[in-house]
Amino acid sequence: MSETAPLMPRRREVHPVPYDPDYKTSVVRSPKQALLSLESTLIEETGPVFGHDLLGPLDNNLIYNFTQGAAPAVGERIRVHGRVLDETGRAVPNTLVEVWQANAGGRYRHVKDTYFAPLDPNFGGCGRTITDENGYYEFMTIRPGAYPWPNRANDWRPMHIHFSIFGSGFGQRLISQMYFQGDPLIDLCPIVNTIKDRGQIDRLVAPLDMQNSRGMDYIAYKFDIVLRGRRQTMFENKPEGM
Amino acid sequence: MTQPLDILTETPSQTAGPYVHIGCIPTFAGVEGVYPEDLGLSPISDGARGEVITIRGSVYDGTGWALRDAMMESWQPDAAGLFPGQDGADPKVSGFCRFAADKDSGEFTLRTVKPGPVPLRHGGLQAPHIALWIVARGINIGLSTRIYFEDEDNSGDMLLNRIEQRPRADTLIARKTGEGEYRFDIRLQGEGETVFLDM
Repeated sequence: MSETAPLMPRRREVHPVPYDPDYKTSVVRSPKQALLSLESTLIEETGPVFGHDLLGPLDNNLIYNFTQGAAPAVGERIRVHGRVLDETGRAVPNTLVEVWQANAGGRYRHVKDTYFAPLDPNFGGCGRTITDENGYYEFMTIRPGAYPWPNRANDWRPMHIHFSIFGSGFGQRLISQMYFQGDPLIDLCPIVNTIKDRGQIDRLVAPLDMQNSRGMDYIAYKFDIVLRGRRQTMFENKPEGM
Repeated sequence: MTQPLDILTETPSQTAGPYVHIGCIPTFAGVEGVYPEDLGLSPISDGARGEVITIRGSVYDGTGWALRDAMMESWQPDAAGLFPGQDGADPKVSGFCRFAADKDSGEFTLRTVKPGPVPLRHGGLQAPHIALWIVARGINIGLSTRIYFEDEDNSGDMLLNRIEQRPRADTLIARKTGEGEYRFDIRLQGEGETVFLDM
């Protein structure tokens, strides 16, 4: 537990709508009643802390972590990097970032994925890292493939990497997806389009970052993440009875 | 024109999707060997102070079908109401747990210690509660709710008292089903819809 300042209210209008008939599964999984909005309390303002000792040396290298370094995964080698900030612009240091993704052919290592693209024997599809003191993170992986999914008759997911981020309070918890600049499937995807503000969709599209790429080795994409901020004022933040 | 506010905007959420288990609990998903063990297997370790309890339940969709692919996280204080990092907090309580609906039955199980009451910022106590966060395919932004307990005094709880339709408050209260055993079902939509929070 690091801080207990109140969290800034979540701006729901930047997020996806819960109910979207074009994303069929959301139809019966979206609450119909209004959320109960209240100022955050201690349980939202505190959260689990994970130390850097949690991490193994290959945790943030999806090319090699499934084989523990024995053999590389197939695919276009990429480096994904960026910073985790909060709404006040401050870096979020020492926070856990987890990622998961399909392999280069668009197949997940999961019993429920029946797409006939082959599994890669050297690719598991998960990774994790912890931001440094400046909120910076990076990992190595292969570019995931696009793939079809059962929704409407011919829906395809654009290339994407799933992100899970903790922050310093449980109320900052966020899961999202990173897309790749220039992918024509982004505009067609019903999951992407659960976000109704085009400008907000753009914030999930990582730009190609040639300056941070390495010739004959990997190409880079930059993906910054913003978590809810905390309100700072000398007029409060004095939890009583503590 | 005015000065800019210099406030950034939170990154938009996207659904955790059907393969969230690969990223968050890979061993459970069958992706073995990447990590020594899955994160958040238990919120307590042996010797944690207080009453060890087991909470079971399911997450139901609007048709009454129990989700087989939901993943949940819980966060709570120790039996004295202290969070990890606070002075005097029980070192055997990490407070954080990750668990998933069973892929065949949809049932989930959370084994933990019953939390103590937690103070409000400006005085007063909240009834004992556990924060719960639910993600799954078809849930576009994670759903937050709380687990309270039938056998605690919930009458003065700030949050429960803010629920206008009083019967809906019951959706946040775990039912005692035996000694140290509770039932907490979550209904995403429709009759008996759980109260979800924006805090």
